[in-house]
Amino acid sequence: MDPSHTRQGTPGELETREMLLNIGPAHPAMHGIIRIIAKLDGEQIVDADVEIGYLHRGFEKMSETVDYNGVIPYTDRLNYVSPLINNMGYCMAVEKLLGISVPERCHYIRVIMSEISRITDHLTCVGASAMELGAFTVFLYMIKAREYLWELVEMVTGARLTVSYCRVGGVKGDLPEGFDESCRKALQETRQVLAESDGLLTRNRIFVDRMSGTGKITAEDAVSYGITGPFLRATGVDYDVRKDCPYSVYDRLEFDVPVGTRGDNLDRYLVRMEEMAQSIRIIEQALRDIPPGPFQVHPETGRPIAASEMVDQAKMGNIPAIADTRAVTDPTLEGSAKPLHVNIAADEKRVFLPPKEDTYGNIEGLMQHFKLVMYGHGVRPPKGEVYFPVEGANGELGFYVVSDGTNSPYRVRVRPPCFAIMSALPKLLIGDMMADLTPTFGSVNMIGGELDR
Amino acid sequence: MNAASLIQAVKDRFREAVTGAHSYRGDATVLLCRELLLEVARALKDDAVFRMNMLVDLTAVDFSSFGKKRPPAFFASSGVAVGPSPEIPDQDPWPGPPAHPPGAGATLARFVVVYHLFSLPLKHRLRLEVPVEDVEEADPEVDSVTSVWAGADWLEREVWDMFGIRFRGHPNLKRILMYDEFVGHPLRKDYPVNKRQPLIGPVY
Repeated sequence: MDPSHTRQGTPGELETREMLLNIGPAHPAMHGIIRIIAKLDGEQIVDADVEIGYLHRGFEKMSETVDYNGVIPYTDRLNYVSPLINNMGYCMAVEKLLGISVPERCHYIRVIMSEISRITDHLTCVGASAMELGAFTVFLYMIKAREYLWELVEMVTGARLTVSYCRVGGVKGDLPEGFDESCRKALQETRQVLAESDGLLTRNRIFVDRMSGTGKITAEDAVSYGITGPFLRATGVDYDVRKDCPYSVYDRLEFDVPVGTRGDNLDRYLVRMEEMAQSIRIIEQALRDIPPGPFQVHPETGRPIAASEMVDQAKMGNIPAIADTRAVTDPTLEGSAKPLHVNIAADEKRVFLPPKEDTYGNIEGLMQHFKLVMYGHGVRPPKGEVYFPVEGANGELGFYVVSDGTNSPYRVRVRPPCFAIMSALPKLLIGDMMADLTPTFGSVNMIGGELDR
Repeated sequence: MNAASLIQAVKDRFREAVTGAHSYRGDATVLLCRELLLEVARALKDDAVFRMNMLVDLTAVDFSSFGKKRPPAFFASSGVAVGPSPEIPDQDPWPGPPAHPPGAGATLARFVVVYHLFSLPLKHRLRLEVPVEDVEEADPEVDSVTSVWAGADWLEREVWDMFGIRFRGHPNLKRILMYDEFVGHPLRKDYPVNKRQPLIGPVY
């Protein structure tokens, strides 16, 4: 032991010295695989060293080997609690590089889906950190609410976690029939859960005592570390990418940006709770304003026909019979049938796959499909570089894409929001008690997937 | 400030440091010479015209295989030889990767260190690009901006880890995502994507 670390007591007293405590890489209070080496003086943390990289998968290197749409499944695995926001961020970056825009309905779909993801992310973060402080009921309630929302996600994308819903130049499929109703219902349930959790936590003496005044950071430090999102807003800086650099249709939707005053764990909790309420508000407005989908029915029966039936018709060359009919989204085509395509795909044949009816029904569609999926072909944006930020659940999620004109990106860089927060973690911990590490680390909402990439 | 006027303001203020600029797709981008980076970064942060108080991102690009034929991906080869389709044309083309030194007869710089800055009070974004040559038998080096933005600490460690670019004056320049015994820098273009290394266990 270094003599400077020991503190010799006066004769008769016990000798005390600082202790190194290794927390992690796998520890029940760690939200991912990460190692914190804390130097303790009694129960107080006097120094901390954070070690990351246990979940490094080479996202950026892998992205250079696949085509532009091939990166999308990898982006799902960045922030696996809100994958739809990652999808959207990446696709919008490539769309900026291509200089194209998506149809209005598609913008609204993306906004709705990313706000649902934001709620699930905040629910996970708040629920898990409440559980670590002993409030297990809240965790169960919030996971219940998350379940309602994930059912919506499953309804739209067909998957719960690895959704891969967005495409360069659109989304995979339109919203399914009856989504509007289910969404409103799920939001109502979520609102109820939020009210219940609020009642259990916000004025709970134990919870407030543990959260208030711990893990403090000043606005100046937070900005200097590049911290964004709810973490920065809890210090009183009202920076939100959706407000300050509006993308998609956020500038048309009304919402407030909650800010804190003290920059401690309690403020972060309060900001996240309010943000969920605001996200619900955004979704409800978006559902109200979203341009309607196609409204055509079968000319003879007056009823919509199944998309798979349409494909069969088209395979037999019976295009005129189905050209004006409305498709019912079904599990095989998941909302990407021909009449829906106009709403979800950019009008750019060199970017987006044709509807299946065209692929099977005529030679142009087949060629278009072939040119996009064949190895060595695919989407070929012009040479250039772009940076596109979106507001992820943890803060600014930016994609920096460099293209050399070939079918796979030359470089994809993701700016993970929790990387900046994690680099400030020692600063948050030093001076606090050992037990404060749990709420502080919980409020960071570290996501191993995007931190280590 | 919009991209054009921001670029003009930076050009006027740092006449010797700026070697080029463009605003491809509306992203204000300024190329700087390596020697004056730290000076410019300080001024950008403190100057009332710019007030770039947030370093959003810091990364690098290895341009050594730009425009060259890429090796086929190890899992995606059909074996069928086909000519690629043409790239989608651009009306306002990108000037291309930064040359170093600027001017005629220049060669492409191998690395470019890219800084994305944002000004919270003035809400404008600026991208700084610093071309760095690949030096034989030594690691390329740039000045560290950790003294200007605290967030640069980990970001610079990551660039060192992934690209092998050293940052002069960095307080603790060691690998961050890879383990200490890892050989090479994985995001360099000459590092094969399917290369494997023995995973060396923790050293106590």
